[in-house]
Amino acid sequence: MDLTTFLIQCLNSVQYGLLLFLVASGLTLIFGIMGVINLAHGSFYMIGAYMAFTLASLTGNFALTILLGLIFAVIFGYLLEWGFFSFLYEREHLLQVLMTYGLILVFEELRSILVGDEVYGVAVPAWLTGTIPIGNDMTYPIYRLFMSGICVLVAVGMYFMIKKTRIGMMVRAGATNREMVQSLGINISLLYRFVFAGGVALAILAGMLAAPTSSVYPGMGNSVLILSFVVVVIGGIGSVKGAFVAALLIGFVDTFGKVFWQEGAGALIYVLMAIVLLWKPEGLFKQGS
Amino acid sequence: MTTKTFWAWLIALGLIALLPFAPEPWSGTYYLSLATKILVYGIFAMSLQLLVGYTGLVSLGHAAFFSAAAYMVYVLTPEYEVANGWWILLGSMAAAALLALVIGALVMRTRGIYFIMVTLAFAQLVYFIFHDVPFFGGSDGTYIYMRPEFSLFGWQFVDLENSAQFYWFVLALLAITLGLLHLILRSRLGHAFIGIKHNEQRMRATGFATVRYKIASFVIGGAFAGLAGCLFAIQYGFVNPELASWHKSGDALMMIILGGLGSMAGAVVGAFAFVMLGEWYQDISEHWTLLLGLTIIAVVVLMPNGLVGGLRDLLRVWHTRSARGGDKPASKDATP
Repeated sequence: MDLTTFLIQCLNSVQYGLLLFLVASGLTLIFGIMGVINLAHGSFYMIGAYMAFTLASLTGNFALTILLGLIFAVIFGYLLEWGFFSFLYEREHLLQVLMTYGLILVFEELRSILVGDEVYGVAVPAWLTGTIPIGNDMTYPIYRLFMSGICVLVAVGMYFMIKKTRIGMMVRAGATNREMVQSLGINISLLYRFVFAGGVALAILAGMLAAPTSSVYPGMGNSVLILSFVVVVIGGIGSVKGAFVAALLIGFVDTFGKVFWQEGAGALIYVLMAIVLLWKPEGLFKQGS
Repeated sequence: MTTKTFWAWLIALGLIALLPFAPEPWSGTYYLSLATKILVYGIFAMSLQLLVGYTGLVSLGHAAFFSAAAYMVYVLTPEYEVANGWWILLGSMAAAALLALVIGALVMRTRGIYFIMVTLAFAQLVYFIFHDVPFFGGSDGTYIYMRPEFSLFGWQFVDLENSAQFYWFVLALLAITLGLLHLILRSRLGHAFIGIKHNEQRMRATGFATVRYKIASFVIGGAFAGLAGCLFAIQYGFVNPELASWHKSGDALMMIILGGLGSMAGAVVGAFAFVMLGEWYQDISEHWTLLLGLTIIAVVVLMPNGLVGGLRDLLRVWHTRSARGGDKPASKDATP
């Protein structure tokens, strides 16, 4: 492997890891703050990708597609929390698993009814097509760089939101002690609702961004969901920083695993997870540290 | 098991065994193979019930052991020869148990939400192994052409090619599984499982090495899931990676919730209800998974105690309501 290929694989790893971070960060927030295990989180990614496909053909404008998608995502997440998830906080994990498992089946079948079961492609917007040269004879698509850029922006934005703003403070406090925050006069249910909507929006954004690089296909949410679980387990539940590090780690392991050992790459990240479990059973960045 | 429940089980199993003598079409191949499928899933659900309902371990990766045993049947069956059934049965169960031991030792380092996610992730690892290693036949899976032969001292007492005999054979294995699980549950080991479900910390304080007991439960559950997987592979004659998919694990959880947690009878009833519901939905609609998903949500919301518990709750509500309403002045429960 020469330096140019190595560089390109690094860019791929970072891009893949950052995308995974978008999905997993929402998941880890919902776990950490509300204590709810949400299997349907992968479905939001799938919904995002299909929405990019549908809206792109309707509006014909990429930026508008993303904007409309995000608005829809927040409303959708808000309603879903209100209608379903708010009932799950006091329930056992087993019931949360089953309820969200039921939701996956519903979302997948609704997708099949509304859009069909074919595999679709989404065009890269015109102003982001093209490539930049790397080294002498290699190129890298601009859209992938754009994706990574957006993901980094979101990550930085989240960091400031959680660490520096009043809302972030409430979110962190709510994760530590729900009753105490409530007794201080903060409407915790409303706060949860917006955190949930934010998590949904992140997953849907990831799906919309990924749609032009990967095709849009049925069941695409499932593999992302399980990868996000691995990210959360490695990073530590509730830790956004952990999710960031773990997602990048998985991005590198998976991308380079495929380069060096094609057949074993699928299993490699689970081996990584097993090693982390042996070393630090509660993840690299335990919540609260 | 009290004497009463013992007789109830005996009568129930006896009645189930009469199916091949029922009038056509009930004793036909279609219904017999459907009933066999239900029994196989009944064994699978019971093995998960040991984990979830009795030890309090919510595993979302139980299909890993089911599929490992099914693939083991493929590995152990020679291509053009009839295999020895005992060898197949023990080999596949041992493979599942061994896998459960390895995965169990890792996942018991976690608890709660972590445990659910990690069991799911390891099951996915098993899925990828069957999917990516060429020896296992890739995403399409592979066929097992010959059903094995079971004989005792040279006497072949069951012909698995005969659908009625295969049905009885699976039913007998279900009864044996049930008996063994009951023996385990009434032993010191089983009491430790139940204690861990209720309060692990207290069990540890009383001197139980709870992690070892949880691994034991995981391995026993894995072995019986393996039995179900082995029977599945023999019945359908093929294996594919979908057997390890997390939908299989989710379905099994659904079965024990439908039947009610913490009851072996519930697991079998749940398997029956779940398979029949699936068949019925497939008959009435092309979009049957939508109906299935909505049903799952409805069950979780309306009857978290399962069908049996749900009916009991419903009766109680109806009873108190009619008593309070004064419709039945003679009711003894009317006095507050």
